[in-house]
Amino acid sequence: MPSTASEFLLRRREVVGKLLHDRGDRLVIGGLGSTAWDITAAGDHDLSFPLWGAMGGTVAIGIGLATAQPDRRVLVVTGDGDMLMGMGSLATAARQNLKNLTVCVFDNEHYGETGMQTTHTASGTNLAAIAAGCGFANSRQVETEDQLTEALPLLRDGPGLQFVCIKVRAEKLAFVLPPKDGVFLKTRFRRALLGADVV
Amino acid sequence: MEWWQGIYQALKDAEVRQVAYVPDAGHAKLIEACHADKEITAISLTTEEEGVGVLAGAWLGGDRGVLLMQSSGVGNCINMFSLAKTCQFPLAVFVTMRGQWKEFNPWQLPMGSTVDPAMTTAGFSVNTVDDPADVADYAQATLHHAFVGGEMAGLLLHQKLTPVKTFGK
Ligand SMILES: Cc1ncc(C[n+]2csc(CCOP(=O)(O)OP(=O)(O)O)c2C)c(N)n1
Repeated sequence: MPSTASEFLLRRREVVGKLLHDRGDRLVIGGLGSTAWDITAAGDHDLSFPLWGAMGGTVAIGIGLATAQPDRRVLVVTGDGDMLMGMGSLATAARQNLKNLTVCVFDNEHYGETGMQTTHTASGTNLAAIAAGCGFANSRQVETEDQLTEALPLLRDGPGLQFVCIKVRAEKLAFVLPPKDGVFLKTRFRRALLGADVV
Repeated sequence: MEWWQGIYQALKDAEVRQVAYVPDAGHAKLIEACHADKEITAISLTTEEEGVGVLAGAWLGGDRGVLLMQSSGVGNCINMFSLAKTCQFPLAVFVTMRGQWKEFNPWQLPMGSTVDPAMTTAGFSVNTVDDPADVADYAQATLHHAFVGGEMAGLLLHQKLTPVKTFGK
């Protein structure tokens, strides 16, 4: 693996494109910052819930959603900074033994949104090991195209509770902003999932 | 009927499906009842703020959920409450109070004395109940505020309701 994140091989927008291409009926939560822009770049969708805040809470939202919708796969895509703030939620997800939750971290080893300060993953914190230690039976780190190809089916369909940390290049990309009206995002998601007559 | 059973019955009547909590002695029996209930998924959290996220996800997925915690836990949630506020997620929180009445542990005082104004400032409608006979009614109202009114609703369970903790002294 290259020694600096600016040389990592995988590029987040290409990865997210593969991840959400032909997304089927998956339910997607995107963490604040770059991953919210990434999932939007892949195509804004009624069954995406991109966050503009709630740092540290992205996986927790996935837990409640996966509990409510056991027959749908819930995909949480978030950044390393958000994941570090909400690490306890990995233990909670594992304790609930959720069979339909995938947590995918785009780990650029930086807080991209706030000026590219390094995160703890730049100095050795290993999120895949942490997820495994929390009780995720399936946890892996992805650094190369081949590893990504191998991980994609797991990311998309499981089985079971999955954690995938994808090392992505630290790069500042163009903003692709989703709607920022939280009530709108919530309501469109519920209507798309639960039906137009939902109140 | 013990007071906590009034909350449990209200949860059942309102068809609450997810109960997220960080344990407190005052909630112990309610937590146990929720775990034993096949219609309820009880979710043990590592920190209370996770619960705010969990319940947002629950609502997105069509489930009603509530959050149980002690007063200290409110302090852990403040920023995450903005998720409920900004997106207008219904949020029902049942708080067992410490640092309020015959408290043995001074470490409970700062949050105990701040919970009501902190939750009010964060956007909750807050009620306090101290008579065991009133708990069921207040619990129903709290769930109504949340799930019918779409509000953030907090019910503070006065320390009078819960056993005095003396740490063996
Ligand atoms: C509680 C809280 N603390 C700090 C911030 C400021 N902040 C916004 S985005 C962000 C970085 C998120 O990092 P990461 O998840 O790695 O995503 P990236 O910025 O790299 O896309 C921070 C610290 C915030 N929004 N909320």
